[in-house]
Amino acid sequence: MPETLSYFLTVWTHPQLMLLVGLGTLAGIYVGAIPGLSVTMAVSILISFTFSWDVQPAIALMIGIYMGGVYGGSRTAILLNIPGAPSAIATAMDGYPMAQKGEAGTAIGVTTVMSFVGGLIGITVLAVAAPLVSDFALSFQPRDYMLLAVLGILLVGSLSGGSLLKGIFAGAFGIAIGAVGMDPLTYTERFTFDTQLLRGGVSFIAVMIGMFGVSEALHQLHHLDTPAIKQKISKIVPSWRVIRTYLPLSLQTSSIGVIIGALPGTGGDIAALMAYDHAKRVTKNPKVPFGEGAMEGLVAPETANNAAVGGAFIPMMTLGIPGDAVTAIMIGALYIHGLNPGPMLMIDKPDMFWFIVGSLAMANVFMLVFGLTGIRVFTKIVEMPRAVLIPLILLLSIVGAYAVNNAITDIYWMLGFGILGYFLKHYDYPLGPVILGVILSRLLDDNWRRAIISERESLPKFFAGIVSSPLSLTLFTAVILIFISQTPLWAAAKKKVFKA
Amino acid sequence: MKHPAKRKSGELAFAAFLTIASIGLLVSAYSISKFEALSAPGAIPMATTLVMVITASLVFYQTSRATPDTQGKFFVDIMPPRIAIIAALLIAYAIALKPLGFLPTSAVFLLVTIKYLSRRSWFFATIVGLACLLGIYLVFRIVFTVLMPAGIVPEGEILAWMRHIFAGEK
Repeated sequence: MPETLSYFLTVWTHPQLMLLVGLGTLAGIYVGAIPGLSVTMAVSILISFTFSWDVQPAIALMIGIYMGGVYGGSRTAILLNIPGAPSAIATAMDGYPMAQKGEAGTAIGVTTVMSFVGGLIGITVLAVAAPLVSDFALSFQPRDYMLLAVLGILLVGSLSGGSLLKGIFAGAFGIAIGAVGMDPLTYTERFTFDTQLLRGGVSFIAVMIGMFGVSEALHQLHHLDTPAIKQKISKIVPSWRVIRTYLPLSLQTSSIGVIIGALPGTGGDIAALMAYDHAKRVTKNPKVPFGEGAMEGLVAPETANNAAVGGAFIPMMTLGIPGDAVTAIMIGALYIHGLNPGPMLMIDKPDMFWFIVGSLAMANVFMLVFGLTGIRVFTKIVEMPRAVLIPLILLLSIVGAYAVNNAITDIYWMLGFGILGYFLKHYDYPLGPVILGVILSRLLDDNWRRAIISERESLPKFFAGIVSSPLSLTLFTAVILIFISQTPLWAAAKKKVFKA
Repeated sequence: MKHPAKRKSGELAFAAFLTIASIGLLVSAYSISKFEALSAPGAIPMATTLVMVITASLVFYQTSRATPDTQGKFFVDIMPPRIAIIAALLIAYAIALKPLGFLPTSAVFLLVTIKYLSRRSWFFATIVGLACLLGIYLVFRIVFTVLMPAGIVPEGEILAWMRHIFAGEK
């Protein structure tokens, strides 16, 4: 216990680490507040710059950005009706009407405090639940990991909106990219086309920056002429009475946030929408109707999306399965620094786990402080013209892609994936599953091979193993159900049932 | 498997491209270890590329059945000149980076893109572009210690000279 506490307090007792978490949170709020800049983009670019750092400062900075980014999205949602991040979509529904009534300051103040409450609950659940999940995960068989990886990719594909086919294609494409290079078990060349360049594989950082940095920046060029809108902000810090009134609702929606966040494939955006729906159902007589500036409509999604951060770290840290694109990138960052997220992380590196929990808690505190104090600066930053911002993002993407290996070829990869990502995005192919596929490729491949070798290369035995294990059977059923739920057969059956 | 209501311009060609590329990858995956064993190094690549071929073909089929959007034009909605020009500038940047070096290439890239996108004066583009470059250089070169190609600029000597000045050495 004293050891755990000292690991947790590492970030709180080292001024340099504190500063990095603070800087990260500030930058994250900024990134999240600017429509078009995403946390995924920021973290993916940042990985390349912090590549040569020690693991603790690098992780401290990235956690700050992640936490700040989730919160920052609410700023533009309230002020401009443009969610800075997908997790702030629900916030705009009541936040913007409040801003139109001149209550932007109150809306932002309440959002900040409730985000803090949500974040705190999410982190507490992470600290309590992760060791238990990790213990349980030690009994996982290779086939369970394989099924979890498939489940994660499938869920991200199906929940990212649009066509499941495109989601599955994107996930499979990611796995194929992850397989490029020499097979680590047999040293057989895979997808190298006899070129020296491909033998070392494709740098996943180049893929990430291309897909989330360059493609997004190119996409933003369509909205270059959207003018920046200026807003006036008055009182920010909410009264204790207001906080007390909405605290019960925020506790309920925090639970929703943590649970949704912990499921692979779901994230802050879905948690926020579900929490909004919950608030609508449980609030019988709101002072102001939902959609017209109801405080409950603001509290619920904001608490949930921040609580989802702690939730998302549970499968990421204990199983090595990222829940969404951002956690996939965070896993990539941990890999780069020699850490292997999964049940063994808690045994081999408990210091890192508790360091991450401590950093999340600190980022949450910084978020509260910056959120309540730095508001006027943020509104100025959001007004930065895109004609300057986009070239800057592109330049940072190039520097980031080059920085990891000091290789010009990585820039070419990044540009190639950026242009491909631009078209994929335009034609409604989700990009999240591509990154998830790249990250999970190795896990999927290794565990499939282990599982099938342990069954002496027999598929019937492999399936018999799935049926005989309750956990494997549950995961397998979930994979099948998710797949079926996206087919016309399911839609037709649902129609029939509801008609009856 | 919903059918898209309308087909965007270029969407069918893109779906066809993905299908053909997926078939190419499947052939390559097959050549890794053929049907040697279920645990062979080519097993997962073959399975994933097969999934790619199936899904890409189904998307192609769905897209071909969707009503084309006659209003939309590829070079207006999908790849307007602005995006094509910026993409071309990016490629030019990547090509020039090594021989010319980070500082001159980035300065030209920022100046040209800011001037082109903002449609403001060269003076504005120069001031903003150089300020951005200075900020990026200081943060990433000094704080993150990222080494970028020096090219024609004797960056190492300049930095050493500046260190001497700040250290007060002769």
